[in-house]
Amino acid sequence: MSAVVTAPEHTSSERRSQPAPRPRSRRRRRRTGADWATLAVAVLVGLLVAVPFLLILVNSFKSPAEYSSEGPLSLPSSLYVDGIVAFWERVDFPEKLWNSVLISGSVAVLAVLLSVLNAFALGIGRVKGRTGIVLLILLANMLPQEVLLYPLYFMFKEVGLYNTVWSVIIIFTVIQSAFGTYLLASVYGTFPKEVLEAAALDGASRWQILWRVVLPISRPTLSVLAIFFFIWTWNEFLIPLTFLVSNETQTVPVAITVLQGDRLMDVTTTSASALLGLLPTLVFFLLFQRTLTRGITAGAVK
Amino acid sequence: MTTAPAPPGTARPPAAPRGGRAGAATGLIPGLRSATYWPYLVPGLVLLTVIVLVPLVWNVYLTFTDYRGIRPPEWVGLENWVELAGDTTFWTSFRNSVAMVVAMVVVPTALGLVLAAMLFDLIGRKFGGRVASFLRATYYLPQILPSVVAAIVIGWILRPQDGALNTVLGAVGLGSLQANWLGDPATALPSIMVVLVWVQIGYPVVIFMAALQRVDPELYEAAELDGAGWFHRFRAITVAMIRPEIFVVVLTCAIAALKVFGPVYALTGGGPGTSTVVPAYYAYSEFFQSQQVGYGATIATALTVVIAALAVVFVTVQARLEKREETR
Repeated sequence: MSAVVTAPEHTSSERRSQPAPRPRSRRRRRRTGADWATLAVAVLVGLLVAVPFLLILVNSFKSPAEYSSEGPLSLPSSLYVDGIVAFWERVDFPEKLWNSVLISGSVAVLAVLLSVLNAFALGIGRVKGRTGIVLLILLANMLPQEVLLYPLYFMFKEVGLYNTVWSVIIIFTVIQSAFGTYLLASVYGTFPKEVLEAAALDGASRWQILWRVVLPISRPTLSVLAIFFFIWTWNEFLIPLTFLVSNETQTVPVAITVLQGDRLMDVTTTSASALLGLLPTLVFFLLFQRTLTRGITAGAVK
Repeated sequence: MTTAPAPPGTARPPAAPRGGRAGAATGLIPGLRSATYWPYLVPGLVLLTVIVLVPLVWNVYLTFTDYRGIRPPEWVGLENWVELAGDTTFWTSFRNSVAMVVAMVVVPTALGLVLAAMLFDLIGRKFGGRVASFLRATYYLPQILPSVVAAIVIGWILRPQDGALNTVLGAVGLGSLQANWLGDPATALPSIMVVLVWVQIGYPVVIFMAALQRVDPELYEAAELDGAGWFHRFRAITVAMIRPEIFVVVLTCAIAALKVFGPVYALTGGGPGTSTVVPAYYAYSEFFQSQQVGYGATIATALTVVIAALAVVFVTVQARLEKREETR
């Protein structure tokens, strides 16, 4: 939708107009009491949203004894890191982190590539029946994953990929690229025709046009897609839970959840595990927030 | 997201005038017939077939079998479907789905509209874009969490003896309101709903704010000068301008609400009793706890049918509304 129009323009003129055109018309306006009240409400909502994060942070650094005597709201009296260390060691956190990074990173790259190939044929090539094809592909995104679970379980067992990260990578490449295809197909549908004509006149082949013209020009949209794919795949649960059954292949969310059933886990370790579970995505989000806001119009369609 | 390809004219406006129907046989690159692009679709369609279409058909086949996961599936005809129709747990799970729709669609969309309008129309204009985007990022935070981790965090806040919520209630003298939030059938479902609202709220805000960038801020200022109050501007400008995005958000969130699994798995496991069971969780537990694969497949297929029907109804309604808009 809005992405359709904006994405291709994000190229050369963009550098100058950063940060993204924000409506900050005429700053110095009269601020009435009602305006301040609105701000107060908005900040209050923000606080409500943030409170659980603050609680995790505070309690991750408390000892179980301090937690039971002082309760969940007090600030830690000293920096206690045993909870974090205990969780880190019990689940072999670096291993889980690597699994998650490997899976999400591969899916981000592969799903973007697959989306580009699909969208090139659908948006720029305009193959016959493209609306039907896009709808068919979107099915992958709409289906409840339970429908695919058992048959996929068989198929991957048959080819020996069950309980390897590759099974999950392949599945999510297809599922995420469904959304990517949908988005990119409409972006490419409005690709500036003059650019393509110029390239064709210079004698570029289809393949060269895809790699040398279409890909570079749509890069902002592609990077937004890749970031979304990374975060969405990182957060996936059902399929990793059922396909990655051994300890060595588990992802971060699965490891954290599986450990919940573990009676040995005290309350501060739970908090520490939540902290470790949210930190990677938080860091990733902060690192790429600029890219995201720059291409936010592309993300707007999700 | 499923909606946009359907209504022609909204999705790719500049494309329509160029060539129209006659141009269907050529792509955007001059001199290349559209049929020559098929090779680019091969990897995508092959993978789609293997990973989605074949399993989907296979799953439908399994609904007509009695299958425990060990011996080969045994054909039983419509038995699973008949059982499903009379299964109270199944109907409970769909009733709970309605609660999930309230928590993930109705409340976040309504709140999201108000918050986005507040941030864009008032806070952005009067206090600067930075304040607005900072608040927007805060609202969005729960969205980047793995939903199961979010559920664990909240589950821990809701613990009956030493959880933060009961502690706060006790501290401010509202001890009588303390409850075993997730352990009591009366409060378990509402608790999950609150968690989902918390997780979900940032998504519509971000989408709606992005959509509002299409709107010229002057429009608001002009309306304000004309004496239009906040609510009037909200209805006449905000909601009217971003209707396509509202449709997209409602549809995608409704599908997500029907498919919800992670939070239920992590928070309550469908309990206590069946008070928080949802179709996706019910299918999962039939697969892996009861080893009733055929029956689990039937639940999952029924859920698919509901989602597909919802999507079709939605796309049709949206297309009709847009057509009416155009002819006006």
